[in-house]
Amino acid sequence: MKKKNVGFAGRAVVATGMAVAVTLLFAACSPVKEYQKNRLNDSEMSLSNRKVEKNELNFQSYREGSSGANGGKTGGGCGCN
Amino acid sequence: MKRICLTVVGLYFLFLHAFSQVETKDTSTFKPRKLTFDEANLVSSYYTQNGDHSAIQGGIGSEKVTDLANGLDLKWVAWDAKQRKNSLTAGMGVDHHTAASQAWISKTGASRRTDGLRLYPSLDWTRENEQKGSSIGAGLYYSNEFNYKSVGLNAGVTQKTKNNGEFGLKASAYFDQVTLILPSEFEPAGAYRIGNNGEERHPNYGSSPRQTYTASFSFSQVINSRLQGSLLLDLVEQHGYLGLPFHRVYFTDGTDSIEKLPANRFKLPIGLRLNYFFGDNVILRGYYRYYLDNWGLRSHTASLEASVKLTPFFSVTPFYRYYTQTAADYFAAYEQHLKTDGYYSSNYALAAFNSSYFGAGIRLAPPKGIFDSHLKMLELRYGHYTQSTDLVSDVISLNLQFK
Repeated sequence: MKKKNVGFAGRAVVATGMAVAVTLLFAACSPVKEYQKNRLNDSEMSLSNRKVEKNELNFQSYREGSSGANGGKTGGGCGCN
Repeated sequence: MKRICLTVVGLYFLFLHAFSQVETKDTSTFKPRKLTFDEANLVSSYYTQNGDHSAIQGGIGSEKVTDLANGLDLKWVAWDAKQRKNSLTAGMGVDHHTAASQAWISKTGASRRTDGLRLYPSLDWTRENEQKGSSIGAGLYYSNEFNYKSVGLNAGVTQKTKNNGEFGLKASAYFDQVTLILPSEFEPAGAYRIGNNGEERHPNYGSSPRQTYTASFSFSQVINSRLQGSLLLDLVEQHGYLGLPFHRVYFTDGTDSIEKLPANRFKLPIGLRLNYFFGDNVILRGYYRYYLDNWGLRSHTASLEASVKLTPFFSVTPFYRYYTQTAADYFAAYEQHLKTDGYYSSNYALAAFNSSYFGAGIRLAPPKGIFDSHLKMLELRYGHYTQSTDLVSDVISLNLQFK
């Protein structure tokens, strides 16, 4: 059963607008001095994926229709998507 | 007189002390000018899955797959005359898979090739300017497997803000060639021959191009002394042959054809990460993603990890990920497509479903290395994945870091 992509552009604009709003919210945070960053500097507090997850992300993109926004594949590079 | 002598003696000892100071070199901030080996990372995963909706058989049939994926990254660093840190990372990936469904590229299930090997080297360079809080980078990628070739390029920049934030921008492009391996019943007459030794003989397969262009935006921010987050947004445009030529579709009248998908696809995933240091021993890592594309597919992804530090150098991390997606406009199950449909696919990656993925990992990273060796970090992780389409998989992964 088909359904039209009515509202795709609208959804994209709303999603992007929410992203901008979150960015502005982040930018309003209180300052943290260097000597207060001992917990933030823990290696497991890193905002990137763990290296051990690399292949997991690929396997998920093979079996699911969506990808991206996680430091992994967004498309191309393999015959999977 | 006594006072003068004492003063002279005091001055004498003062001068002695001054000359006794030996200038020692501070090696703690030594920055090599030549490329120096920094670290190596080995990541290996064993993946196994099973299901009943093979796209090769039009949405039915075994999806049994095993995959052994291995990647080795070697990193070198050097500082240039302007005190900028240059990093060069050379990577090599080798994946071997077996897939029961590949036998059914032949209509009778007699295709001999049920496995495949993929090789994918990469090279990445970054230059960091600590004074300016900025970096630039570029990378090359190549992938080769029997039915698919890919060349990739990327370039990116980052810039820190004055308030513990960082913006990132990255552009990448993949230029791929899809080898046109058709189901046996659709191959041109005479293309499928049996050789003298009983082996399958095909002339050279043709190929069709596929391009993928991505612009990735990121913003990370320290929120307070325990909490930091990041926002990620990708704009992805794909052109060309976006299906796979050996995927079948069966129509309502029982006849079959090759999957047919539009020649363009625009994707917009937006992700949010939040990491929180809870108490003295627990790190919570949260992630949410909303995805939409112009094929009508929408999805939500949410995951949570709790890294529990049993000691400062040993942690255990249970995790859970939930995923849900709507079906793409062009998907229908086995024998559900009409012959009048403009586009059609029975690939269950485009179906509507939910999935759960859960498991746990352990991480060991003592400051002097494991058993005082060059092995600085070991991470082992297991996950179990289930989809509402009855696809089930397990994966176990190992990361070894050497310095």
